[in-house]
Amino acid sequence: MTPDSVLPEVLLGVMFVGLIAYGLFGGADFGAGIWDLLAGGTRRGRRQRELIEHSLGPVWEANHVWLIFVLVVLWTAFSGAFAAVVTTLYIPLTLAAFGMIARGAAFAFRKSVTTLPMRRFFGAAFALSSLVTPFFLGAVVGGVASGRVPPGIAAGDVVTSWLNPTSTLGGAMAVLVCAYLAAVFLCGDARREGAPDLADQFRARALVAAAVTGAVGLGGLLVLRADAPALFDGLTGRALPVLVVSVLAGVAAIGLLAVRRFVLARLASALAVATVLVGWAAAQYPYVLPPALTIDQAARGTPTLVAMLVALVVGGVVLVPALIYLYVLFQRAHPEHPGSAPLRRTGAA
Amino acid sequence: MDAVELVLAGAAENLFPARLQMALSLGWHIVFACFGIAFPAIVVFAEWRGYRRGNPTLTELAHTWAKAMGVLFAAGAVSGTLLSFEMGILWPGLMDRFGEVFGFPFVLEGFAFFIEAIFVGIYLFGWDRMSPRAHMLSAVPMIVSGIAGAFFVISANAWMNNPTGFRLDAAGNVVDARPWAAMFGPSTWPQFVHMWLAAFMVTGFLVASVYAVGMLRGRRDRYHRFGLLIPLTVAAIATPVQIGVGDWIANTVAANQPAKLAAMEALYETKAGAGLSLGGIYVDDELHYALEIPYGLSLLIHHDPNGVVPGLEEVPPDQRPPVNVVHLAYNAMVGIGSALLALAAWFGLVWWRRRRIPATAWFLRAVAVSGVAAVVAMQAGWITTEVGRQPWIVYGIMRTADAVSPAPGLYLGLFAVVAIYAVLTVFTVIVLRRLAGRHDTPAPQDVEARVG
Repeated sequence: MTPDSVLPEVLLGVMFVGLIAYGLFGGADFGAGIWDLLAGGTRRGRRQRELIEHSLGPVWEANHVWLIFVLVVLWTAFSGAFAAVVTTLYIPLTLAAFGMIARGAAFAFRKSVTTLPMRRFFGAAFALSSLVTPFFLGAVVGGVASGRVPPGIAAGDVVTSWLNPTSTLGGAMAVLVCAYLAAVFLCGDARREGAPDLADQFRARALVAAAVTGAVGLGGLLVLRADAPALFDGLTGRALPVLVVSVLAGVAAIGLLAVRRFVLARLASALAVATVLVGWAAAQYPYVLPPALTIDQAARGTPTLVAMLVALVVGGVVLVPALIYLYVLFQRAHPEHPGSAPLRRTGAA
Repeated sequence: MDAVELVLAGAAENLFPARLQMALSLGWHIVFACFGIAFPAIVVFAEWRGYRRGNPTLTELAHTWAKAMGVLFAAGAVSGTLLSFEMGILWPGLMDRFGEVFGFPFVLEGFAFFIEAIFVGIYLFGWDRMSPRAHMLSAVPMIVSGIAGAFFVISANAWMNNPTGFRLDAAGNVVDARPWAAMFGPSTWPQFVHMWLAAFMVTGFLVASVYAVGMLRGRRDRYHRFGLLIPLTVAAIATPVQIGVGDWIANTVAANQPAKLAAMEALYETKAGAGLSLGGIYVDDELHYALEIPYGLSLLIHHDPNGVVPGLEEVPPDQRPPVNVVHLAYNAMVGIGSALLALAAWFGLVWWRRRRIPATAWFLRAVAVSGVAAVVAMQAGWITTEVGRQPWIVYGIMRTADAVSPAPGLYLGLFAVVAIYAVLTVFTVIVLRRLAGRHDTPAPQDVEARVG
């Protein structure tokens, strides 16, 4: 292989790492909003909502920058493929963008208002958009993976490219995975904040979500066999070892949740989800837009790719420690800090 | 055109809704981007002064501003996310052909924004988790990355005005793209400095105007005085510098985009000793009812009263921007900028002589409208830049009409964006009013402490 043919794959790989990070961090973030939606009435759901708000507050914006990162790498290094995807799939992408606006604004605004009707309104906007946004993003993935996005500007069908069995499966899986990740994540947070009863509530939810996600995932293979045979062949062929790892990690996560090893369960869950995404990539390799456009064909000029690789390495060196600092700072328990107090059961409750 | 045709409009009909959607999204985002660039520095300055002098009023101000900064940053972040989708959804022709040339600064901007989002989180929520020193230090990356992000975005826009860093082969395909060279074209630095100062003017005047309104309503306490003093000082320092930078940028435009300059001045004939035209209406290649300052334009551009300024007649009619929009927007920007300069001078003079804020109600009224005025001036400046570039999306190389998406249904997207921004604007205003009105509203960093 010449360096010129490796470079596009390296860059696409780096972009894919960003996509996995978005799937994990952004996914847990969306999922927390889904649990906010399902937390119950104002009084009954109050402590769960407080935990969610408390966990997301400092990190939600950073969690979602991963998506912008993926977009800008795609449009610079694989401009043509980017133009094809966003024009053919512009309807779900626009709806996802609207969902992100409603979600982010509502979450930030809710913190700044004190009256109950306003908090309820923003809470509902936050929770509902947390549900629909990952669905549309999953539908986009389904549209690309099932070969419904041909190269060229707006060359695909703007409706059936995302309203089809594979896209619906992709959307449903995205929602389920988000809910699952968030439930696992919130178990650990609840325990650290001294609310073991909340931890148990989220543990039950995580187990249910894991069972449903697993069932839909396995059943979905039948959908793919009928609707996207090439993707099915890839998944059950080249990507099979990766999917096996995913299933094993998922089973391990369930076991760890059962014995309340929440930190390890987080890691196993992250592995299970990340390997699903890697499986998709392996199944579709070497195509950016199956079945027509390969990575090499889609890649742009070497100077651009080199500049980006340099920027990504240097940027990563700055970014990763800052991100770790952010997460560590707000994952530390704070016995002296009043912030953790209200999550404990108080008074007659 | 009936409703069905409108919804199913093709490429030619898509140009209008796409441009309107982009203009609306950008115009909304830019106001919040200004706060992302300038507000962190102002907030931390207040925090630092409050800490050093043990002044609780300043600390309280910084605390309130930090809450507002969180809300404004969130609004800016989500509208910026929509923009990154729209770049491809609305202008796939541009991204497809030139993404590899000018996409690179957006990658760098992605990093800058990421760092900013991380440290905004740390700053807002670390208020009582960190020592004051560490907390203020955490603001430094927030300030730096806000400014860096602005630089990268502006450099991409400057590239659209003055495309560099690539070659076209005989078939018009991009070859030899050099992204670093593309980032540093002739317009990059003047445009960036102009926007950077505009961000301080918009933020400074807007924040000051909130407290001016409060003082006009009789709340003339220390809290309101400092709330007016700090941002107004920042804006008053930025304004005269901005006027000087305006000259620099006008010269850059004259050198690289003569058609834009001619449209800004509504000048049809190429002239030696051209006058500076204020106002007026441009009809049939002639400007009517304008006030003209003799030799003004030649002096401005060439620093010589008899310098030759090329007019719109130099370019074919189908390559001329819409003159009236550009001319009037430019006049509005310069006119409001001059009025803000007068306000800054008034404030500066009284402060220099008497060490106090001018006491008259008229001064407070002027400050109260200065915020909106600064926003209008900035929007007018962007209209001048963007409409003045038309009909080109990449100046001299690619027409906007050739970049727009041919997908059906863009009108629906426009209507949805209008509706969403209307709702978002209303709620942003409501939330900010609540923050401004009640000192006792807990900060985001306190919210957990309160709910229990």
